[in-house]
Amino acid sequence: MYVYDDYDHKILRQRVAQFRDQTDRFLAGDLPPEQFLPLRLQNGLYVQRLAPMLRINVPYGMLNSTQLRRLAHIARHYDKGYAHVSTRQNIQFNWPDLTEVPDILAELAEVQMHGTQSSGNCIRNTTSDQFAGVAEDEIIDPRPYCEIIRQWSSFHPEFAFLPRKFKIAVTGSTQDRAAVQVHDIGLQIVVTDSGQIGFKVYVGGGLGRTPVIGSVIREFLPEEDLLSYLEAILRIYNLQGRRDNKYKARIKILVRALTPEVFAQQVEAEWQYLKDGNNKLLQAEIDRAKSFFTAPAYEKFDDQQVQAAVNAQAKESVAFTKWLQRNVRNHKIAGYAAVTLSLKPTGVAPGDVTDTQLEKIADLADQYSFGEARTTHEQNIVLADVKKLDLFSLWQECKSAGFATPNIGTITDMICCPGGDFCSLANAKSIPIAEAIQRQFDDMDYVYDLGDIDLNISGCMNACGHHHVGHIGILGVDKSGKEFYQVQLGGSASNDASLGVVLGPSFGAEDMPEVIQKLVNVFVENRTDEELFIDTYRRIGVAPFKERVYAKAN
Amino acid sequence: MQKLIKDGEIVENTWTLMAKPETDASSVEIASGQIIVPLSVWLAQKTQLQSRKDIGVWLDSDETADQIASDVKTLPLIAVNFPLFMDGRAFSTAKLLRDRFGFTGELRAIGNLMRDQLCYLRRCGVNAFAFSNPEVKLEDAVKSLNDFNEYYQASVDQPLPLFRRRA
Repeated sequence: MYVYDDYDHKILRQRVAQFRDQTDRFLAGDLPPEQFLPLRLQNGLYVQRLAPMLRINVPYGMLNSTQLRRLAHIARHYDKGYAHVSTRQNIQFNWPDLTEVPDILAELAEVQMHGTQSSGNCIRNTTSDQFAGVAEDEIIDPRPYCEIIRQWSSFHPEFAFLPRKFKIAVTGSTQDRAAVQVHDIGLQIVVTDSGQIGFKVYVGGGLGRTPVIGSVIREFLPEEDLLSYLEAILRIYNLQGRRDNKYKARIKILVRALTPEVFAQQVEAEWQYLKDGNNKLLQAEIDRAKSFFTAPAYEKFDDQQVQAAVNAQAKESVAFTKWLQRNVRNHKIAGYAAVTLSLKPTGVAPGDVTDTQLEKIADLADQYSFGEARTTHEQNIVLADVKKLDLFSLWQECKSAGFATPNIGTITDMICCPGGDFCSLANAKSIPIAEAIQRQFDDMDYVYDLGDIDLNISGCMNACGHHHVGHIGILGVDKSGKEFYQVQLGGSASNDASLGVVLGPSFGAEDMPEVIQKLVNVFVENRTDEELFIDTYRRIGVAPFKERVYAKAN
Repeated sequence: MQKLIKDGEIVENTWTLMAKPETDASSVEIASGQIIVPLSVWLAQKTQLQSRKDIGVWLDSDETADQIASDVKTLPLIAVNFPLFMDGRAFSTAKLLRDRFGFTGELRAIGNLMRDQLCYLRRCGVNAFAFSNPEVKLEDAVKSLNDFNEYYQASVDQPLPLFRRRA
């Protein structure tokens, strides 16, 4: 992964010093709260319902064991002994003391981490595919480009006071695991027939109050033009995006108002001034970025031989077999696999991880995966480079550490925002709903039979739980002070991106497990052999689901 | 008259800021002395005002650099306004005035900017800062100009991005 040089360290130290001074001035009463607000947000610090919340960037999801141990130390020393993996691959602490935040950021800077621009109306942490570099369907590793974007967007002097937040995602695989079509800018790496690398550029996607699938404004952007083209998009957005209403301030509203065609023309016109300027990437810089993401020292294996050994172990243990099926995926290198550690055991808030678990992940990464781990936007952890011959012993360690729940991709591996238990924006709680549904679906054999189902829960329309793009989406709403839940069906964040359709009137919290059960029953009764939930839904439509859920009791 | 920060120093403000006219911009009277007029007044009375060397122009956040592009060679001062500190359009407008249109005179940020924006504004080409809030302590604020002295991006103060300078 990327390693800071003296320049990176110097810039980050200057940022830490800047924020320490700002915090001191705020505490001394010299910096008014309304001015401190955007400054603390741009360093990751929210003020939440119960305490401040500090969001630490995990650039495109990559962590090393040193960083994991530092996060564990911060959870233990400055927080209540746990952290939370967010739906944008970041790490959040829920109980830091405002006065200690500069110290936390200084400790993180030592291990090349920060909260810079993890919140606020600026360019946020660039996200990517958690299987970057190891996926079998990968065309080009997106991480070097993510790092180039990270450096360009960090402390960008022109784009720190945008109309609203701005999120960029990059994917380099045929299967989009980075949800690029629901980002402000989505970049899909493309290679032409002649071998030229570039990007298909989506703009104006997003969730929130007004969910929109992004529009393609350029089919092919050569890689050397990446930064100048991003600059053109951001400048047009900064100058023309709406600032009169924060709910209409995202770039998707501007793109829709102008039409994607006109927006694209304006970007092209602006870009003509920029494309041959100093922001044009040099091959040497692209090569430098790529040099940090080379293959680790893989051993050579005969895949059939090691697979036979794994199969023999699997024969002895049903539980290990299930874990192999759900939590282990193929790797582009023979004899290796990528393993997902589930942070979704029933009874734990989805994505929560304790200080000792963070240390355990660090140990597992050191022992099994070249010292690196990744966070996923589904709120799990990936060890990307595990020898197949080590899978059995890794599984045993995962079991004792609480990471072996074999539910990846199933209905109980839900995406869930912190909700009303923590977040001051939320209209309703989301964690207890997640738990109630997990308890409803506690028969793992039944859950496996259902196959992949994305169930996403947001506690309010800001959609941090990505409910619009869940096969089943749940949105917490407030009705005269009482919490209700609206259900949507048919969303997807994948290549076939689509937005869910609202099923009908919302339900009380206590009804939710049964409502989800009924929806699943309709699927089970109607599915053909190979169909997943989303396929059946797309074939039979919303009506049968609606009928079942709203049927009057006889 | 209130002081301001210019080129890193605290200096006297010798310019008077003229508010947007409530009546017709073409008929409003312009006082003598150094005046920063609103863009609408400049555009309406350009023929008469051009001969004066003591006229500057200010752009509100919804006015754009290209509206004044043809005049940047002769104007001694252009100001960009912050109606609210969260309104970041002035950053882009300043950058365009410098980089695209080649303005070399005094580029002044005015209005409700805050001290903690000084470094980024300087990077975008602003060299003078006049806070509308008289309580801002300039001797403290000036320190924020150099919150950073190393950067990733190309900008007005450093035309080469770090990737072209990295050893």
